[in-house]
Amino acid sequence: MLAGKSGHDDVVILGARAVDPSEGMDALLDIRVDGGVISRIEPAGSRLDLNEHRVVEGEGYVLAPAFVDPHVHLRTPGREDEEDMSSGTRAAAAGGYCAILAMANTDPVVDSASVLGALVEQARTEAEVPVGFLAAITKGQAGEELTEMVELAEAGAAGFSDDGRPVVAPSLMRRALQYNAAAGRPIALHCEEPTLSRGGQMHEGAVSAELGFGGYPAVAESLMVARDLALARYEGEGLHLLHLSARESVEELRAAQSEGVRATAEVTPHHLCLTDEAVRSLDANVKMNPPLRAEEDRAMLLEALRDGSIGAIATDHAPHARHEKEVPFEGAPFGVTGLETAFSALYTRLVKPGLLELGTLLERMSAGPARIYGLERPRIAVGAPANLVLLDLEATWTPSETAFRSKSANSWLLGANLEGTVALTMAAGRTAYSA
Amino acid sequence: MADVHPLIRDELLPPHRPARRHLISIPDLERGDVERLLALSRTFARSLEREVKKLPALRGRTVVNLFYESSTRTSSSFELAAKRLSADVMSIKATGSAVDKGESLKDTALTIGCYDPDVVVIRHPEIGAPNLVALHTNAHVVNAGDGKHQHPTQALLDLYTIEEELGGIEGLQVAIVGDVLHSRVARSNVQALLLMGARVTLVGPPALIPRGIEQMGCSTSHDIGTIRDADVVYVLRMQKERMLAGANYVPSLREYTARWGVTRDRLRPGQKVMHPGPMNRGVEIDDEAADMADALIERQVRSGLVVRMAVLYDLLTHGPVEVKVAEIEEVA
Repeated sequence: MLAGKSGHDDVVILGARAVDPSEGMDALLDIRVDGGVISRIEPAGSRLDLNEHRVVEGEGYVLAPAFVDPHVHLRTPGREDEEDMSSGTRAAAAGGYCAILAMANTDPVVDSASVLGALVEQARTEAEVPVGFLAAITKGQAGEELTEMVELAEAGAAGFSDDGRPVVAPSLMRRALQYNAAAGRPIALHCEEPTLSRGGQMHEGAVSAELGFGGYPAVAESLMVARDLALARYEGEGLHLLHLSARESVEELRAAQSEGVRATAEVTPHHLCLTDEAVRSLDANVKMNPPLRAEEDRAMLLEALRDGSIGAIATDHAPHARHEKEVPFEGAPFGVTGLETAFSALYTRLVKPGLLELGTLLERMSAGPARIYGLERPRIAVGAPANLVLLDLEATWTPSETAFRSKSANSWLLGANLEGTVALTMAAGRTAYSA
Repeated sequence: MADVHPLIRDELLPPHRPARRHLISIPDLERGDVERLLALSRTFARSLEREVKKLPALRGRTVVNLFYESSTRTSSSFELAAKRLSADVMSIKATGSAVDKGESLKDTALTIGCYDPDVVVIRHPEIGAPNLVALHTNAHVVNAGDGKHQHPTQALLDLYTIEEELGGIEGLQVAIVGDVLHSRVARSNVQALLLMGARVTLVGPPALIPRGIEQMGCSTSHDIGTIRDADVVYVLRMQKERMLAGANYVPSLREYTARWGVTRDRLRPGQKVMHPGPMNRGVEIDDEAADMADALIERQVRSGLVVRMAVLYDLLTHGPVEVKVAEIEEVA
């Protein structure tokens, strides 16, 4: 299901604090990787046989299972000026990711096995970290006809999504859920009731009222969340909710989960760190869909992330050309980048102030998203492929337009003081990034 | 705000804010700034009573008017204001310029910046356009209306009109009636009136009073009867051109007029009526109300000239105004 460059490295990482929440691990360890596979795990200082391996001094660093981003826009095919297979996956590696899932809203849309197959081939030669591709739910994401979901699943689709758009017609959404019983991949939904969000530039509330922006009310999301959960409940099928932003959506999700509906959800770093107050800057780099919402929404998203009802952090990395964002807010496209800043942003804004445990953050950025999409969980265990990230929690940095591997720099964190950097990323046994 | 280090106490901070570079929104201003601008406007009003109306105050300065939306009052009054102060004025309209050829606002700003203008006055249909121009030129930027966001010089000329007519603003009750949702005039006026100590009620149909706007510090009502409590009734234009097709903000203009139209019999004698123009007579206001003696609509237009002179002058001469005013009168 994942495709990337092949290669296997021999590495020894000495003395790092190894933290793998899913394995209950938090200890100073020496770790040896042979041929891309973790072969020895010993207490720090146990004089591992180094062979001819590359030796990484890990003292003072945190070693964790590398991250999995379930929501990336690689802009390939169609907008390679904004991002391409190589730049997007180098950005992912620099952000500590060992696997990413790419959304299907490209040009052409990933709605046939031939488009999907070409991307998989391209990833095998160009992707620094393994990439999984979601296919569209509807042809051309036009919301009219289902794609050939079974064939797409056999061709390696990691899941199905019309992300960027909702599946508007309830009958079609129901058919997709029904038919997916045969295709058997996660269905990931962008929940937006389009007649309620029409003309919306930002969250509808006191800030939009004052600034004069068209409002995109929270109910435009939660109404669609409620509808999709009702359909999933009725059909006995599971679904995944993309980039939740509203308190009411979390309430719907929890109610459905408690009734046994197989519903999962993700949240972005920007929805966890910012509110609609940020839009007062009129900076197009805080314009995204769904929009930044109120403080109650942000607090609820964080609580749901902590308690696990939201199981994954997703960047919704959405690169845009500079000239498209350097316009008045209303004319700018929705979306911000995130691959290279997600960990630092969340570590700085949530872990350091004590709002989120480091272990929870690491779990929700790695095992959580892997579980939702049925991917092998990155882990620190003998016999597991090396999917590892080495983090320097003491280091600080300031994102600037020239600091990114991504082709685009539409980050909400330009100029921010961030703590925590990635020193090394190993993805599927290969060293994908080394600072 | 909470991030200020406890050791950095007020007295250790610089005593004055740096000179104001732009006029983009009313929150850029403090009460003292508004009072200064209104006083300066009065001075200019006196100067315009003379036979020779031109002052040499901004001789050698260049003002560029950049208008991306149609405008009669605002563009003509900015142009005349600059000319009365002897500045060189260049007016650029979006139609018939490179904008027609798809030039971005940033590139237009960079192009205009090459002429080193002292002031760029911009009107644009999108919120934040003046901020973008400020980012890409060295000029002082004056917002002449950006989308539904702000129209600060309109609010200042309205304050000036009210103060001239009623002797003050503090403690007045102002009702702003109509299509608040689409109105930059309403947003700037709410902030400006509250800054000067007035109380403001927004009156209109539910879908045209934006949710959460009372957090600006005003009250809201859907009952047109509440305008009788006001000293000033400020009527907004129904902005049909900004409304989304099929959005059903009101069932019909007929019903809007019947429910929320400002008519003579809904007003109390002595109430002042204002409107930023252009009026849709017979929609938000009827002829009788628009033409009665207590209507200040033409006075608003006249105020526009002197207030815009004051804004241009103030931006280009950041010193203590009292001294400068004396200088102007001497020269004139």
